[in-house]
Amino acid sequence: MSIFITEETVEGADDGPLAGTTVAVKDNISTAGMRTTCGSAMLDDYVPPYDATVVERLKEAGADIVGKTNMDEFGMGTTTETSAFGPTENPVAEGRVPGGSSGGSAAAVAAEEADLALGSDTGGSVRCPAAFCGVVGIKPTYGLVSRYGLVAYANSLEQIGPFGATVEETAALLDVIAGPDEHDATTREEGADSNYAAAADGDVDGLSIGVPTELVEGADEGVVETFYDALDELESQGATTHEVSLESVEYAVQAYYVIAMSEASSNLARFDGVRYGQSGGYDGNWNEVFGTAREEGFGAEVKRRVLLGTYALSAGYHDKYYKQAQDARAWVKQDFDEALSEADVLASPTMPVPPMELGESLSDPLKMYLADANTVPVNLADLPAISVPAGETDGLPVGLQLVGPAFGEETIIRAASALD
Amino acid sequence: MSDTEATPDDVRHVAELARVDLDEDEVDEFADQFADILDYFDALDEVPTVERESDLVNVMRPDEVREGLSQAEALSNADETEDGYFKGPNVS
Repeated sequence: MSIFITEETVEGADDGPLAGTTVAVKDNISTAGMRTTCGSAMLDDYVPPYDATVVERLKEAGADIVGKTNMDEFGMGTTTETSAFGPTENPVAEGRVPGGSSGGSAAAVAAEEADLALGSDTGGSVRCPAAFCGVVGIKPTYGLVSRYGLVAYANSLEQIGPFGATVEETAALLDVIAGPDEHDATTREEGADSNYAAAADGDVDGLSIGVPTELVEGADEGVVETFYDALDELESQGATTHEVSLESVEYAVQAYYVIAMSEASSNLARFDGVRYGQSGGYDGNWNEVFGTAREEGFGAEVKRRVLLGTYALSAGYHDKYYKQAQDARAWVKQDFDEALSEADVLASPTMPVPPMELGESLSDPLKMYLADANTVPVNLADLPAISVPAGETDGLPVGLQLVGPAFGEETIIRAASALD
Repeated sequence: MSDTEATPDDVRHVAELARVDLDEDEVDEFADQFADILDYFDALDEVPTVERESDLVNVMRPDEVREGLSQAEALSNADETEDGYFKGPNVS
């Protein structure tokens, strides 16, 4: 069970803030001349003709890329088991999943196969594997990091984010990739001259932490205990905590999946086997040929999401699913804004459960979706969040998630660094 | 129960719209799973209408010619090409 799909080295510039540092890159981030599969048989032999902006920035910063990491197919999964290249085992929890969808990237850092790694987070795909593998992961504010060269799954939700063994190292990687990019019109001026690494000073004296009860109540008992122990630690360093309520998050998983599946059904329409990807041949009607290419190239979870997204957008159902999901998204945003007007950060367990056993979750997709309950609201609200190791329950890693206001990366990095 | 139960025919219909061929086992499995998932999505009916913030503005840039991929680069991942073009199946 492998961490990498492709193990090849690309050396970065001689000088730079990341000189001498090794970085693993999720296999949905384009690397010029290096195979980029998205964990899919569809793109088994796809070699991008250009680098993603974040890859260019890595090289300029002196980082050496050591390979492309395993992932759920097109980012669709919470365990890295939907990969067409087989699962990855959790390096710190034998027989368990590393989380997903950026499971290979988190595992690479946890197994010390790379100093740092890049993943992408559409509904928790950086924070979940960070929590499960006992490393640090950041989902940046929407618009902080360029998505140019990231193979799109759900554009309105996803961000590329960094992994590291410590908060400071992870923040230093964010410094390299953050900031405006003329190739991605959703990037903003924020992050241009960032120094997030300097914010990792561990100073939480006077920090106000809101704890959304809805994100704690449903979690596994051992996870909750470990979470409160970590909060106690932050309080002992001068932080204060209070409970907050986010009524809307009860609808966040539903809203997230309707929006993500709808966007996926449109994004993945490009895979018809003509310009790239698995070909369906040339005989017969084009609709039939495309149907064949997509039957052979896509795995079950990708088909499920493309079909459900097509259904949610189809005539007669658009208002029922897509429009209501957008209403729920606006409500979630409003709820977070209100809670963050009375707290510096919001804290919850990153995942409501410890890492699942390999093979446990594949048969029941809905059960797998529900595991994303604490991470998807943050993507719906476009906010930044970090997952930092909080401790263990029965020898299994537990992550603490801290959510901040838009472009408040420094605040969550500072808070998380108190647990390093 | 869901107002919109997913039948195997529904699954076949969206699969056709999405251009994804399915075998019969997949159709039956998806029909069962879709019923559960759509049932779960029904909770969205309870979401109140929220006034959405509309402080978004269009961001425009001048439409200037810039360097892009060469023809050879653009074609490099195509299974088949002809005379510098992508080759696709017949359009009926």
